[in-house]
Amino acid sequence: MNILTINNISKRYADHQALSDVSMAIPKQSIFGLLGPNGAGKTTLIRIINQIISSDAGTIEINGEPLNPGHVRVIGYLPEERGLYKKMKVGEHLLYFAQLKGLKKKESITKIKHWFKKLDIPDWLDKKVEDLSKGMQQKVQFIGTVLHDPELIILDEPFSGFDPINANIIKDEILELREKGSTIIFSTHRMESVEELCDHIALIDESHKILDGPKKDIKNSHRSQTYLVNHLGAMGALDSHYEILGTNKLEDEILETKVRITDDSDSNLLLKHLINQTKVVGFNELIPSINDIFIQAVKEANNG
Amino acid sequence: MDKILLILKREYISRVKKKSFLLATFLMPILIGGMYALSIYLSVKDSDEEFLIKVIDESGYVGNKIEDKGVAKFEVITGQIDSVKTDVEQGEGFALLYIPELDLYKPKGIELYTMQTPGMELESDVDDAVENALEATKMDNLGLRQNTLDSIKTRISIKSKSLSGEASTAGSSTIAMAIGTISGLLIYMFIMIYGSQVMRAVMQEKTSKIVEILVSSVKPYQLMMGKILGVALVGLTQFALWMILTFAILSIGPMLLDVDPQVAADAASGVSVAGNSGGNAQALEAMDKLNDVLGEINIPLILGAFLYFFLTGYLFNAALFAMVGSAVDSEADTQQFMMPIMMPVIISMMMLGPVLKDPAGDLAFWLSMIPFSAPIIMMVRIPFDVPTWQLILSMLIMIGGFLGTTWMAGRVYRIGILMHGAKVNYKVIFKWMMSKD
Repeated sequence: MNILTINNISKRYADHQALSDVSMAIPKQSIFGLLGPNGAGKTTLIRIINQIISSDAGTIEINGEPLNPGHVRVIGYLPEERGLYKKMKVGEHLLYFAQLKGLKKKESITKIKHWFKKLDIPDWLDKKVEDLSKGMQQKVQFIGTVLHDPELIILDEPFSGFDPINANIIKDEILELREKGSTIIFSTHRMESVEELCDHIALIDESHKILDGPKKDIKNSHRSQTYLVNHLGAMGALDSHYEILGTNKLEDEILETKVRITDDSDSNLLLKHLINQTKVVGFNELIPSINDIFIQAVKEANNG
Repeated sequence: MDKILLILKREYISRVKKKSFLLATFLMPILIGGMYALSIYLSVKDSDEEFLIKVIDESGYVGNKIEDKGVAKFEVITGQIDSVKTDVEQGEGFALLYIPELDLYKPKGIELYTMQTPGMELESDVDDAVENALEATKMDNLGLRQNTLDSIKTRISIKSKSLSGEASTAGSSTIAMAIGTISGLLIYMFIMIYGSQVMRAVMQEKTSKIVEILVSSVKPYQLMMGKILGVALVGLTQFALWMILTFAILSIGPMLLDVDPQVAADAASGVSVAGNSGGNAQALEAMDKLNDVLGEINIPLILGAFLYFFLTGYLFNAALFAMVGSAVDSEADTQQFMMPIMMPVIISMMMLGPVLKDPAGDLAFWLSMIPFSAPIIMMVRIPFDVPTWQLILSMLIMIGGFLGTTWMAGRVYRIGILMHGAKVNYKVIFKWMMSKD
């Protein structure tokens, strides 16, 4: 079941194409990583989903319904460029956000207090925003995003500017929100958090979607039958099924060699072959990181 | 609509709670009241003081006719001018009034000797007193009596009517002019002060980057309208408070000063408080005249039109100000776009003079039909009676005008608020305005 379906969206600004025929589906209760270099079109896509701007072509459905103004209520959006009214009190500010989303006053106050407790924020309802530290302001912004229990939470670079402790707190909250049924779209450059959090990813480059699917599948499809072998003593020449990509020296005389299988041979046969060549102390498949896949895919797209 | 209200409410409350707002709102009436109180205090205080003036009359025309007038008390004496001068120098009496022998019809050589320079009030009172005395002597010579003279005096007030019969031109154009100028000025101030507040508020939302969070919940147009209307309400609140507080201070003030309100009112309107019979007659005449003129001016129409042009003029311009605020990244960038907005308003202010000279002329007509200048110029014309069709046309044009600027501003705003660091010029703004959603 998909919470969000994006069909053939295109958007052109006066001087450049921001999105070309982009389609993707975001499964319910997933954490979906929207990746891409700067200027690829991620923010444009997010703004279209938020109905801040409209697309030139294509359709978007939320829970099977065409996108309409009522959907503002089910989305929580934390933009990359975000701020607060400095002179406003924290409590009033959050209440304002909640009411703009359509929440009743009383309900909002209960929820604000709940989140303060949850994120371990002291009773700062009457404190002015400008008196808070930057980290605390970011917590307030996060609360503002999720206060109305949105089904779909869109976070654009949520961790930028967070210190590691607060970043971890937010990470845990994101995971918990997913457990409770929310879907999170997560746009970022920080590949380690994609690696850690996302179930699905899509990669946009120069207005085109060049890759999408479950993270596991993408990683599998990018496996290149390459193995890292740690061994003592030099490795002789291998037979024609295998190719040595390079050797590094590690500590204690241990060498690390990257070996790729070039035909339908498999890891067991490779290991059997290696044992005769050298003393193997470690053997691991080299699984590409999202970062590698990202860089490779963008390169391929630009060359192709 | 609910969301516009929410935005309006936040905008209103956050502004009304500001110290600068409270200061301006409460200080202004106190300032006006204070100046008013000071003028009452001074005039009341002055009237308590009396100056004894010794009169040496060698002509024989003044001595037995002169009467105390205002602050001047006269004592007619006989004696040598030099010895009386010495007496005055030693503090016996404030001044010496010397009337030499003179021709009743060409009085010359009258002198007033004082130790201290006399105030203007005293000087004019002495002047009046001597004139009255000389006139009284002349009347005696001619065998006239005061009440005969009074019965000759006739006072009329001509009401001029235009030939169409619908509009009458005010009897005293001075008051009409004052009302027109003051309302025009107030509207001008309101547009400038609150228009630039809208601009600054929009710009701050953009630079503090809160705006993208907001437009994910509300339409940019709602955000802009909420802001414009919120600020308008702040302006109206301030205006209403000024009115109420000024009125309160003006009516309570005299009580605190322990002055009879009627006396205070007279004093404030420049009427001599302790005047003699002649002064009172003049005062009554002035009051009658004022009442006549006020009676001819349609106060409810002026108030209604003032509120209407006050609001539409503001809305028309505030949208343009909001447009500029959304397009730029910093206060410094606003300059180039402010000119075209401010110029028409400033030009309308400069046109006040020519329009007042000929409130029904072509210039006045056209300026009151152009939405940039209409609020100011129309308000100047209304006290002089404007044909109803012109008033209604101008009002309709204002509605069309602000719908137009709001539409334009809304289109620039929705794109401008999301553009950071873009180099903005007129061409870019025009492109934003024309680009589709």
